[in-house]
Amino acid sequence: MALAKLKADVTEARLARLAMPDGAGWANAARADALARLQAMGLPSKRDEYWKYTDPTSLNAPDAPEAALFHSDESPLFDAVDRVRIVFVDGVFDADASDDLSAEGVEIERLADAMAADIHWVKDVYGVLEARGQTPVNRPFAAMNTAFASDGVVIRATAKVSKPINLIYLHQDVASDAILHNVVKVEAGAEVTLLETGPAAARFSKQLEVEVADGGTFHHVRAQGRDHERRAVTHCFARIGAGSTFKSFTLTFNGVLTRNDCIIEIVGDEAVAHVAGACVGDGRDFHHDDTVFITHDAVNCESRQVFKKVLRNGATGVFQGKILVKAGAQKTDGYQISQSLLLDDDSQFLAKPELEIYADDVACSHGSTSGAIDEEALFYLRSRGLPEKDAQSLLTLAFVAEALEEIEDEALADDLRDRLEGWLARHT
Amino acid sequence: MNAMDAVEVKEGVDQETVDAVKELSGAYKHGWETEIEMEYAPKGVNTDIVRLISNKNNEPEWMTDWRLSAFARWEQIEEPTWAMVSYPDIDFQDIYYYARPKSMEVKPKSLDEVDPKLLATYAKLGIPLKEQAILAGVEGAEDIPAEGRKVAVDAVFDSVSVGTTFQAELEKAGVIFCSISEAIEKHPDLVKKYLGSVVPPSDNFYATLNSAVFSDGSFVYVPPGVRCPMELSTYFRINAENTGQFERTLIIADKGSYVSYLEGCTAPKRDVAQLHAAVVEIIVEEDAEVKYSTVQNWYPGDENGVGGIYNFVTKRADCRGARSKVMWTQVETGSAITWKYPSCILRGDDSQGEFYSIAIANNMQQADTGTKMVHLGKNTKSRIVSKGISAGKAQNTYRGLVSMHPKAKDSRNYTQCDSLLIGDKCGAHTVPYIEVKNNSSRVEHEATTSKVDDDQLFYCRQRGMDEEEAVALVVNGFCKEVLQALPMEFAMEAQALVAISLEGSVG
Repeated sequence: MALAKLKADVTEARLARLAMPDGAGWANAARADALARLQAMGLPSKRDEYWKYTDPTSLNAPDAPEAALFHSDESPLFDAVDRVRIVFVDGVFDADASDDLSAEGVEIERLADAMAADIHWVKDVYGVLEARGQTPVNRPFAAMNTAFASDGVVIRATAKVSKPINLIYLHQDVASDAILHNVVKVEAGAEVTLLETGPAAARFSKQLEVEVADGGTFHHVRAQGRDHERRAVTHCFARIGAGSTFKSFTLTFNGVLTRNDCIIEIVGDEAVAHVAGACVGDGRDFHHDDTVFITHDAVNCESRQVFKKVLRNGATGVFQGKILVKAGAQKTDGYQISQSLLLDDDSQFLAKPELEIYADDVACSHGSTSGAIDEEALFYLRSRGLPEKDAQSLLTLAFVAEALEEIEDEALADDLRDRLEGWLARHT
Repeated sequence: MNAMDAVEVKEGVDQETVDAVKELSGAYKHGWETEIEMEYAPKGVNTDIVRLISNKNNEPEWMTDWRLSAFARWEQIEEPTWAMVSYPDIDFQDIYYYARPKSMEVKPKSLDEVDPKLLATYAKLGIPLKEQAILAGVEGAEDIPAEGRKVAVDAVFDSVSVGTTFQAELEKAGVIFCSISEAIEKHPDLVKKYLGSVVPPSDNFYATLNSAVFSDGSFVYVPPGVRCPMELSTYFRINAENTGQFERTLIIADKGSYVSYLEGCTAPKRDVAQLHAAVVEIIVEEDAEVKYSTVQNWYPGDENGVGGIYNFVTKRADCRGARSKVMWTQVETGSAITWKYPSCILRGDDSQGEFYSIAIANNMQQADTGTKMVHLGKNTKSRIVSKGISAGKAQNTYRGLVSMHPKAKDSRNYTQCDSLLIGDKCGAHTVPYIEVKNNSSRVEHEATTSKVDDDQLFYCRQRGMDEEEAVALVVNGFCKEVLQALPMEFAMEAQALVAISLEGSVG
């Protein structure tokens, strides 16, 4: 009982600092519903099973803990790629820094504009996928995001979109506390690539709701910025239809706390969902948590989860992955792998790879490994004349490669691989 | 009442066929009960009942206090709900916590004072003849050469131990094997030192309840350097209605010793669910080794989920000494609900823990079982092989923890969890927790879920096997790695049990 009271107090204190934006009637109702969901479940505590390995205290705090800005001389990520740039500074849309919100085959609007319209397609997605994703596990930060998101974009792809859309999140204020919500709808047969880059804020709550109609294709590549002290809690809720493809990849460097939830519901036959991630963390103040929940509710579908974590100097990596195969979702092919490379004795890897299966004609498997760099491989490379540092970098890169291979676009993958190499060179 | 009775016989089907099918569908072989006069404590649990149980066992005061403090703790904690099992609320006040055959009112001084009905019960359960003679107290039975391998048996009937065989021969080797109530009386120092040291009275809801109300169980002490001359075995039988069985087993393998321990359980068919909450504690000192094998065949309830045993068990081994080793092997085919996680605490450097499990859930059975491997010492090793089989409308969950603590350098774990689904109404789930806190250790976890391979079935059927036989063969192949880890006699029994448990699950 005391615990419930404590939770209610924490939730109330956090909500006291937030203001709900005003919009059209349906939009206000969607936000009010989300608030009710949040109040019913309360913000999480470390006692919650789903937060067993990640302490949500700093995400619950009424004020965002400060995060020093990180300056780098490197060119912005994906600079060489022709793309639509949409810039947010500390969670606020910056029209001057952004390109025109237009490209072939796509409609892009600011969230606030869409939420103000009396009739809008986003009504059927905003908060809807999030609400569906609240069972069987509560995701209070997602409900909070739906209720209080102050900015974001809504994207509707109607054909094969001519170039990727890049959401660029800049961090300029040491105490910024941003809540962003993006919605993507991929119409039947359409195709779009969404890029997300940058740290965004000292504390960043971000949600992405993606509806992929039959035969649609959605590619998502994300790099979460290098600011050492930033905190982020992100959710991606996706519902994908028959014959559709959903592929998401996330690269994370640094960050005091990163919790990425990805919840995918496969509702149409013969759909494919891949979620992958790589993270490299250095130092005791690095904590990275990937939580994935894929529900198979159709026949002949495929899902893959590939997560690689490189941890050193006391860094912590968490993986909680789940494949749920509902009764009747026959011929499901589910695969899940989570691996960590611990570069020293202080770092830790905590994993909970789950399967929950109610159909018999399926092939589901998961694997999880953890350990140090293979001494023999290291010795082999050194005996070929490679300095130890280079040999270690090479082996680390090879370890991460399986996750990077999940990115279909070579140019994007190459850019991320270069950054990764640079990071490893600086951190070994 | 068998569901089959309601089926109308189609024309052209003779009665013999119907009877044969009926025979098969009620496949639980140990569902009979022994009519024997019982003595009960009043229903429910409170401090009076705890005192009464303690009194009945002539326990010293420290033991009564130990129980009472556990009971006080139990009253404050709530039943866990995290397991993937669902069952109606258990009314803990509607259970008899103590039941013993009237004839055991005064503990028999020798086995020939044991009620012949009890002995007949064990004979019916197929306990080897040699032991029956001993349980029956046949003069000089101890000297009859045993057929094949000797197994010493401690038989527990509802709340009390009715007899232990081969005690004299074990004594010669210095091994103490008796009921726990006898141990509390005769070896209080050992019990005081070790009881609750692996599973503390405050451990979890069911273990705490057990600590307060356990009525009997087995006690084993193997002195330093002794290799126990025969396998030890406990046979648990729940007979009385509305009774909970709460037994407590304590096994201590002192430095350099070895013991292999077998455990079997059955219960009569009843349409009211019964509770079984046992605790097993194993202490393994330096260089010692303990093998603990279980064939759990409590009544699973009928095909509609009526009745059956709720099996909430806490089993844990503490590898205290360097180079100590423990091996859990379990074949779980019975119980309506299974909630059981035999664990290893690998405290001593170079200690080893192994867990081999077959869990079969058919009809409406629900099993949530697995293991915990807690690596604390350097260079410790653990291996987990779990085979889950679901059929009918059953739910089968593997839940496990592998934890490498920062000081457990150079340790190693290998986990393999395979699930097999037979039919599209059942479920198979895997919930492993993996916690690695140093980098010199290697942890590998693998899990697969699949169905019985059509090609393999086709091959068997082509060779003239019927479908049920074919499935049994494929399933036995799937379980092979675990069956091989069982002692010979148990492996045979387990293999047969696998086939019986799956009867009626095909087609």
